Amino acid sequence: MSEKTENKVIRFVVTRQEGPDEPSYKQEFEIPYRQNMNVISALMEIRRNPVDAQGNPTSAVIWDMNCLEEVCGACSMVINGKPRQSCTALVDQLEQPIHLEPMKTFPVVRDLQIDRSRMFDSLKKVKAWIPIDGTYDLGPGPRMAENKRQWAYELSKCMTCGVCLEACPNVNDNSDFIGPAALSQVRLFNAHPTGEMNKEERLKELMGDGGISSCSNSQNCVQSCPKGIPLTTSIAALNRDTNIQSFKSFFGSDK
Amino acid sequence: MAENREFFNRRLHSLLGVIPIGLFLIQHFVVNHFATRGAEAFNQAAHFMEQLPFRYFLEIFIIFLPILFHAIYGLFIVFQGKANTKRFGYYRNWMFLLQRITGVFLLIFITWHVWETRIAAMFGETVNYDMMASILSNPFMLVFYILGVVAATFHFSNGLWSFMVTWGITVTPRSQQISTYATIGLFVVLTIVGLRAIFAFV
Repeated sequence: MSEKTENKVIRFVVTRQEGPDEPSYKQEFEIPYRQNMNVISALMEIRRNPVDAQGNPTSAVIWDMNCLEEVCGACSMVINGKPRQSCTALVDQLEQPIHLEPMKTFPVVRDLQIDRSRMFDSLKKVKAWIPIDGTYDLGPGPRMAENKRQWAYELSKCMTCGVCLEACPNVNDNSDFIGPAALSQVRLFNAHPTGEMNKEERLKELMGDGGISSCSNSQNCVQSCPKGIPLTTSIAALNRDTNIQSFKSFFGSDK
Repeated sequence: MAENREFFNRRLHSLLGVIPIGLFLIQHFVVNHFATRGAEAFNQAAHFMEQLPFRYFLEIFIIFLPILFHAIYGLFIVFQGKANTKRFGYYRNWMFLLQRITGVFLLIFITWHVWETRIAAMFGETVNYDMMASILSNPFMLVFYILGVVAATFHFSNGLWSFMVTWGITVTPRSQQISTYATIGLFVVLTIVGLRAIFAFV
């Protein structure tokens, strides 16, 4: 760290592109060192004075951000090869030059900004909610056991950041795999005593094309999840549930 | 089930890899292992297998069709993935990649192996100890067969691990960890059995 303080600059290599269909290129930046910087405060520094490492004026680097405390998932990008949130990526802990790239599993809007719409579409597809609307008051639902609530809470930490999709070798242009995040949400909502009433619908969606069977157990998702969500446990549990559901659907069952 | 074709195919692919293909692999290795007791013992065992009743039915439905489906659908699965072990060098991610590499290699190896033995038998050649000994006397073929055996035992052992995940048997990280150790053990044992048989012909 003392070495970096002497340099008094932080070096960045940013992968940029002007628009969705434009070619990408790398640009280097050097910004003055301050203590306790994160990648976002460094990007703000570039925005304040958009000049590249060679001193040429350039356009400011575009990125997405919102909460700045790693709960919204908007500022995800690939930092030194690993997808993560730029708000919690502390400059003092990163090897320099710091490489910033967009998560190219998603359509790139511009520079580091990506479009995560497919994740929200997936949540709609698997009905990741609990339907409680009716024409009259349905009253309180069944209670959830405390020990179940505790593990289900871990699943609810998902912020749809897209890191697991970026890490998954089966999420790409050749496959329509829905990805680990939406799968784990099915387990969350199926665990809820009221949500359980629509369990079958969610499972049947996962048994469709690009559903759970497109998982090939590389387990990169669970290694990469910034929230430590047990994604592979969710996937294995849903494997069991969808298998049972397929037998029920084929041979018949009232439940 | 019919409306979920991909789900059904993937599950069938996983099932066939173990039953019957995995079981056939073990049976095949056990018969090969007779070679360690000498040419006579091997020829007797191979002859016994040839004399099984309903031979063609067993060959078609327990060996050829399952392997054909597993191989062709497996290739389709290979093309759906994009390996990223360079960025994510985790153990399971390497297994993911090796499963695909060994699978494609086995498609080539098994095609050659069946051509050289079973298809040759159809054209009147006798499959016995001497045939294998003459094939393996070629150093290139010896290496090819050693790689084939190791690829097969790896692909089966690692496939058994993911079979247990796919069928919802091992759900918790702990059970998956223990099944990792168990399948590594299986890989070692089967590789020893397979290689001992090969070297019995050399």
